[in-house]
Amino acid sequence: MKAAVARGSQYSTDVSPESRKFGGMPGLARHAHRLSSLRGLVLPLLILLVWQLVSTHLDSTFLPTPGLVWTSWVTWAFGKPSSMTWTSGTFFEYSWDSASRVFLGFAIGASLGVAIGIIVGWYRIAAVYLDPMLQAIRPVPAAAWLPFATLLLGIGDPAAVFVIALATFFPVFVNTAAGARQTPQLLVRAALMLGTRPHRLLYRVVIPSAMPSIVSGLRLGMGIAWVMVIVAEMLAVRGGLGYAIWGAYNFLRMDLIIAAIIAIGFYGWLSDHILVMVARRLMRWQRGLVKQ
Amino acid sequence: MSLHGQVDRAIRCIGLTKAFSDISTGAEIVALRDLTLDIEAGAFVTILGPSGCGKTTLLNIIAGFEKPTDGDVTIGRQPIAGPGPDRGVVFQEYALFPWLTVAQNVGYGLVERGVRKQEVKDAVHGWLEQVGLEDFDTRYPHELSGGMRQRAALVRVLANESEILLMDEPFAALDALTRTALQRELALLWGRTDKTVIFVTHNVDEAILLGDRMIVMTGRPGSLKVDVGIDLPRPRDPTSESFNQYRRIAAVQLETEIAVQVH
Repeated sequence: MKAAVARGSQYSTDVSPESRKFGGMPGLARHAHRLSSLRGLVLPLLILLVWQLVSTHLDSTFLPTPGLVWTSWVTWAFGKPSSMTWTSGTFFEYSWDSASRVFLGFAIGASLGVAIGIIVGWYRIAAVYLDPMLQAIRPVPAAAWLPFATLLLGIGDPAAVFVIALATFFPVFVNTAAGARQTPQLLVRAALMLGTRPHRLLYRVVIPSAMPSIVSGLRLGMGIAWVMVIVAEMLAVRGGLGYAIWGAYNFLRMDLIIAAIIAIGFYGWLSDHILVMVARRLMRWQRGLVKQ
Repeated sequence: MSLHGQVDRAIRCIGLTKAFSDISTGAEIVALRDLTLDIEAGAFVTILGPSGCGKTTLLNIIAGFEKPTDGDVTIGRQPIAGPGPDRGVVFQEYALFPWLTVAQNVGYGLVERGVRKQEVKDAVHGWLEQVGLEDFDTRYPHELSGGMRQRAALVRVLANESEILLMDEPFAALDALTRTALQRELALLWGRTDKTVIFVTHNVDEAILLGDRMIVMTGRPGSLKVDVGIDLPRPRDPTSESFNQYRRIAAVQLETEIAVQVH
């Protein structure tokens, strides 16, 4: 099995070289750096402007103005909860529904992915038994398992968590296995001649050496976990941002669809950001070694 | 100084042969043929030979990384069962763990043995001081120069109290000035211990400068060509006439080997 590993760009690719150059500098340099990162806002603001102009001009039901999206979101988030509709006061509850499913599914899928990935990547015999089956399951999109999971586990959280875990598992597994397989022989020999017992090699050499690949896998897994939670909520679970999008679609509420899309984008970005911060902590040794 | 002084820790290679098949052609390559060699405990032996003569293979077999196709290696009459902390290896490519700091790299073997934290810290600090790295303890290997990395790799095995040091062209990747400095440091460090050193090199001066004995190997398949005792006072002066005589011996031996390879 040859795995495609996104090595090199372990961290978010949106960090400009300037941010590293000025990372440790006070005063003017830091100020210049802040200004330069503001440049990233130019395009979104431009799009907002075009959106405002087009939506005002067209006055279409299907293209609300940014202002309307904002007020609808405020109602969705802070309005009085009502038993008649979900469009008032449910935003944070729904956000929590989605986030908790993502978190649980990701935690299960990622732990299994790392554990099995290390074993398959390192022990030849494990690869012989496990890899063919896992590679045969891998091409099946996790969404295809949703009806299976729903019939088996019922409509609700377990089915959603199952598909999210399944979707998270594969990128984590593939990247971890590739990382473990690429453990430099030289470092294994160095550890052995220094007295590391063979059963401790995994912990002392293989896992640290595979850490950059593992982090790549986790980031991919987190991304796909957010995809799957929305799919699952659209089809098989009550509550959550995917449920909201589908509900908004049924009532032709484009304003709420857009609000939910922006919210999902934000949560996805936030969870990736948290992962990257944790990874940086774990891989302090990579400072200055790879482009961060 | 050694705890094992009373035991005979001589290294004996008897009829070592190592053959393997070429990855691309499948043809059999004989790296070593019938090599017999005795290295007494506490000796500094340099092994000199043309590239591809099996020097590294010999070292890997003694280290326990590879098994000979035929023949035996014993250390103090015990056969080698695999790599172990009694034989510290210094690699040409340093082989420091990139995810550990310099101090953690140097203390690695002690931690693996379960030595207490404070003792590890003290020992590491002492060793880092000996090679002038005491201010770099919290740095990571990639933040050091090549010479500093190799110093760290050297004290990593010294701190681990390996009785035998196996050094595989350790200074070949360094610039000339750094190499000279490290050769001097190694000679000094070794002089204060009773460790056995097997030092592989393709550099004639290095072999004479460091060794009690210089073993010249034949070209592939490698075996022992000539075994020269080097009877020069330390520290050695590479510009002296007596040093030059050894240089001449080595050159003649190597030249015939290289000539054989060319034809």
